[in-house]
Amino acid sequence: MSQKVLLNETEVHIALHRLACQLIEKHDTFSDTVLVGIQPRGIFLANRLKTLLQTDYKIKDVSLGHLDITFYRDDFRRSTKPLEANKTNINFIVEDKKVVFIDDVLYTGRSIRSALTAIQSFGRPSEIELLTLIDRRFSRHLPIQPDYRGRQVDAINNEKVKVCWKENDGEDAVYLVNS
Amino acid sequence: MKELSVNHLLGIKYVTEDDIQLIFETADHFKEVINRPIKKVPSLRDITIANLFFENSTRTRLSFELAEKRLSADVINFSAASSSVKKGETLIDTVNNILSMKVDMVVMRHPNPGAGVFLSKHVNASIVNAGDGAHEHPTQALLDAYSIREKLGDVAGKKVVIVGDILHSRVALSNIFALQKLGASVKVCGPKTLIPKYIESLNVSFEPNLRKALEWCDVANMLRVQNERMDISFFPSTREYTQQFGVNKKLLDSLNKEIVLMHPGPINRGVEITSDVADSKQAIILDQVQNGVAVRMAVLYLLASKIQHNED
Repeated sequence: MSQKVLLNETEVHIALHRLACQLIEKHDTFSDTVLVGIQPRGIFLANRLKTLLQTDYKIKDVSLGHLDITFYRDDFRRSTKPLEANKTNINFIVEDKKVVFIDDVLYTGRSIRSALTAIQSFGRPSEIELLTLIDRRFSRHLPIQPDYRGRQVDAINNEKVKVCWKENDGEDAVYLVNS
Repeated sequence: MKELSVNHLLGIKYVTEDDIQLIFETADHFKEVINRPIKKVPSLRDITIANLFFENSTRTRLSFELAEKRLSADVINFSAASSSVKKGETLIDTVNNILSMKVDMVVMRHPNPGAGVFLSKHVNASIVNAGDGAHEHPTQALLDAYSIREKLGDVAGKKVVIVGDILHSRVALSNIFALQKLGASVKVCGPKTLIPKYIESLNVSFEPNLRKALEWCDVANMLRVQNERMDISFFPSTREYTQQFGVNKKLLDSLNKEIVLMHPGPINRGVEITSDVADSKQAIILDQVQNGVAVRMAVLYLLASKIQHNED
C-alpha cells in the first residue's frame, strides 16, 4: 500500500479559506442559508467552515446541522457489511432556506442523492448546493456536480482518497492511497 | 461494523447483550427520525411484512404497523378471528400461503408458547415474536429496558421490581431476561399464587410485601391482572388484590425516594395502579408507548438488513 500527498496542511488551509470566501460571495450574511454536514466524514469540514466564517470573516449566525443518510442509502441489503447509522442533528427549519451540503469527498454521487432525499424530511429548501473538499472526476454514477470544490482529483477506482482532520486524525492533510 | 447475532427475534433468551445494545443505539436514531416533520425513511421499501395476530392486541399491533410504515415497508395484516384458521388450516399452511405472496418478514402473536420458534424452523422468513402465550414478548421487554435507560441513563446496576401476575405474563419473563442481560437486578412481587414455583432458578427473588419491594427498587413495573388467562381464582377478590398489591399516591409519597413507574398497558385503573399515579410525573407509561415504535423500527431494520437481497 502506497500513499501520495494530495494536499498538505498549508494547502488544506488555503482551500478552506477560499471555500469560505466563495460561500460569502454567494450567501452574504447567511441569514437565509443553512450549512449541512453529511455524516460521518463531512461534519469535520462543515464544523471547520463554520468556525472560519465566524472567527476570520465575522459572520455572526451561521446555522450548521449534521445529516445522517444511512436510512436513505440505496445499497441497504446490497452492501456486504451492515450499514451503521450516525447522529442527525438538525435543530432549525429547512423550509425556504438555501441549504449547502458539505462533504469531504465527492465520488459516485450516491451519498448526495441520499442526502437530497433525507433533507426533504425537514422541509422544502428553496435551493440546495454542494460543497466538497475533494471532487473525484470521472467516477460519478449519477448526474451530480459540486458547486464549490477544494481540489479536483483524477483517481482510478482502486485508489482511495483519504481526508485527515486534526481533531479526528491528528493532522490536516489529504492523501491518495493505492491499495 | 455491527449486526445482530440472530436472524429472528423469537425471545430475549436467544439474543446477546451486544444485540440489545445495538438495538438501543439504532433505536436512538429512529427516535430522532420519528420526531421529524416527516417521520418516514425509505430503508425497507422493498420489504413486505405480514402481521399475523392469532390473539387480540391493540398497542403492539398498532406499534408494529406504525414502525413498519415509517420504514416504508409494505404491510399486510391478518387476524385469526376473520380468517381460514377458523376453518381448520394449520399454522405452517397459513404462513406458507402468505409467504408465497412474496412476504419477507412475519410479525406474529400467538396464544401457544413457542409458536415463533416452531415457525422459524419451518418457513423461509424472518420471524419477530410479538408475544407467544405466557412465554416471551421480546419487543415489550426491549422497549421497557430502553425506557429505563432513557429515564435513568443506564440499565446496569439498577434495581427493578416486577409487580403482579408473573405466572401468566410473557412480559415478566422477557423483562427478567433483558434486565439481567443488561446488568440490572430483578425482584418479583405479587400474590404467591401468581408467582411461578421455580422463579429462584432465574436468579430472581420473591418479595411478598409491596412496600418493602418498592423501597428496595429504582423502577417498578406494574403488570396487568390478566383475568382472561385465569381459569381458576388466584386471589380472593380484586378489592383484596388492590389493597395488597395496588400502588396509590399515599404509598408512593410515603417511600423514602422517588421511584419510576412503568406499565405495559392496558391499565386496569384503580386495580394495580390508581389513576392519579398513572397520570403522575413518576409514571413513564406513555414514554414506553412512544419508545415502542422506535425500538420496533430498530428491530425490523436490523433483521431486514440480514435478509439476502435477491435480484428477482
